[in-house]
Amino acid sequence: MDRQLPVGERATLLARRRRSAIMTSLVWCASAVCLLPLVLITAHLLIGGARVLGPRFFTALPAPPGVAGGGVANGIAGTLLLLVIAAAIGLPIGLGAGLYLAERTRTRLAEAVRFLADVLSGLPSIVIGIFVWELIVRPSGQFSALAGGVALGVLMIPLITRATEAMVQLVPNALREAALALGYSRARTSLTIVLRTALPGIVTASLLAIARVAGETAPLLFTAFGTPYWSLRLDAPVAALPLQIFNYATSPYDDWRAQAWGGALVLIVLVFALSWLARRVTDRRRERLSSVVAGGAGE
Amino acid sequence: MAAPPLPSFATDQSPPRFRSRRGGVGSVGDRLYGGWITASALVIPALLLLVAIVIAGSSWPALQTLGTRLLTDTVWDVPHARFGLLPALLGTLASSLLALTLATPLAFGAAIFVSELAPPRLRRPVALLIDGLAAIPSVVYGLWGLVVLVPWLRRDVIPFVRETLALGDVPLFAGPAYGPSLLAAALVLAIMILPFITAVAREVLQAVPRSQREAALALGATRWEMIRDAVLPNARTGLVGAMILGLGRALGETMAVTMVIGNAHVLPTSLFQPAYTIASLLANQFAEASGPLHVSALMAAAGVLLAVTIVVNGFARWLVRRTEQQR
Repeated sequence: MDRQLPVGERATLLARRRRSAIMTSLVWCASAVCLLPLVLITAHLLIGGARVLGPRFFTALPAPPGVAGGGVANGIAGTLLLLVIAAAIGLPIGLGAGLYLAERTRTRLAEAVRFLADVLSGLPSIVIGIFVWELIVRPSGQFSALAGGVALGVLMIPLITRATEAMVQLVPNALREAALALGYSRARTSLTIVLRTALPGIVTASLLAIARVAGETAPLLFTAFGTPYWSLRLDAPVAALPLQIFNYATSPYDDWRAQAWGGALVLIVLVFALSWLARRVTDRRRERLSSVVAGGAGE
Repeated sequence: MAAPPLPSFATDQSPPRFRSRRGGVGSVGDRLYGGWITASALVIPALLLLVAIVIAGSSWPALQTLGTRLLTDTVWDVPHARFGLLPALLGTLASSLLALTLATPLAFGAAIFVSELAPPRLRRPVALLIDGLAAIPSVVYGLWGLVVLVPWLRRDVIPFVRETLALGDVPLFAGPAYGPSLLAAALVLAIMILPFITAVAREVLQAVPRSQREAALALGATRWEMIRDAVLPNARTGLVGAMILGLGRALGETMAVTMVIGNAHVLPTSLFQPAYTIASLLANQFAEASGPLHVSALMAAAGVLLAVTIVVNGFARWLVRRTEQQR
């Protein structure tokens, strides 16, 4: 601390207290302002979404402008399909890389991968979209659900990697040592003891990662592309909720813009439901892990 | 009081390192398992390398044809094969830096609130709510910006600044007032990076040892003096890191910006004028790119964006890691 605390006549205790009170209230105000956008956006979403939401919204295909009704059924299905493909790519790789980082903590490769995973997760998602376009869409000559899923999967890999690493490191070492002392092979220790103990945490992290990419739009623009029709084929363009919201919101038609709010509300509910589910699993994990620690390891 | 530091879990928890005996029991499983995790770990560097190669390779034709004009030309005219990235690059920097300027004081305020000042009962809810902002998809921010924020700017804010404050002649506020503008993009971006800066700043502040705070209080410091003299100086590097991480986010943000910035190829000189960013240029033109040179020029744009974000993010991570290691 190079600055001295103020003393002397000019900085009376009263003045200092007043200053502290002013700064404290400024901090309170800043926090309140931070919460304001959340309140505003939520309010607009609920108001705008309530107008168009109904059973038909979930079962109908998009309607042309001027035609009443219309829904986002294909968008919801398409988003789920894309998430399944993304998880099929992101989970095994992310999980494996996370285990690698947790088990070979200090190797040079681990250090590099840890840093590069951060770099990968910081890349603009639209660049990933363009990358996948060049890699899959251009050679195959068409936009496809597969390309969209790959783009989202690439985005998921670093998220799951870092989360898995963090979760596996929470597993008490004594558990590992006990298993190894009993003659378990290294792979069996990792898979049946370490991974099993860390599993709820990893499920949480994976659900959060899926929730994160569920709302991604930019990487889907040139990969999944979107379609107003019903399609779940891997090798054809597929609709996605975020793409539909984008198209509706930027269209000049009032009824389409109204639909955008409905789509946004559905998307937000999907994202928050996944996050909520994720947190539920973690709460259970804490209980279980703490009972394991209390019962065996004695930190 | 010199309380002994808590044992570092990082050192206690690192798993036992040993090598399985070759040919020993379970070695097949061990090898399969080791192969899987090593291969997965290698995917990450491979992916990054592939991204770099693909983007660099595809932008090569544009670099060859246009050379440095790509970065210095201010005209983007597809039919006449003029692809100047300067307006979009400057628009990207201007919108992101403006957003950072708007978001930083608020984010630091919220972080100080949660880690230092809030009544214990408020801490978790406030932190959770601000984190909730990060869970809202970009396209929803864009929708909100387009339908709520932009009309508000056009109806109320722009006339107020121009007429009531009589600042219409200042170049910063000049230009036609459509609503979609650099300012709209910066505002939406500021809201979007707020939770990221707050989260990192919160962690950095909480990493400052308790003893520092107690020492300041014991010397008779007020609450604020404790924060200013004991907490913030210790957290300075990490706080800068938090800001730059926020900047990195803002630079690559696509959808929300595309929807509210107005997408005009002009140098960003006025807050109220439409502008362009590299990310929104890509979002708007890539799917309808006409001709190989256009595609290649857009690839070069993606390359520029990639380079800028990697440098910014790398610098930020380095700063944050450095403070966390100081502990």
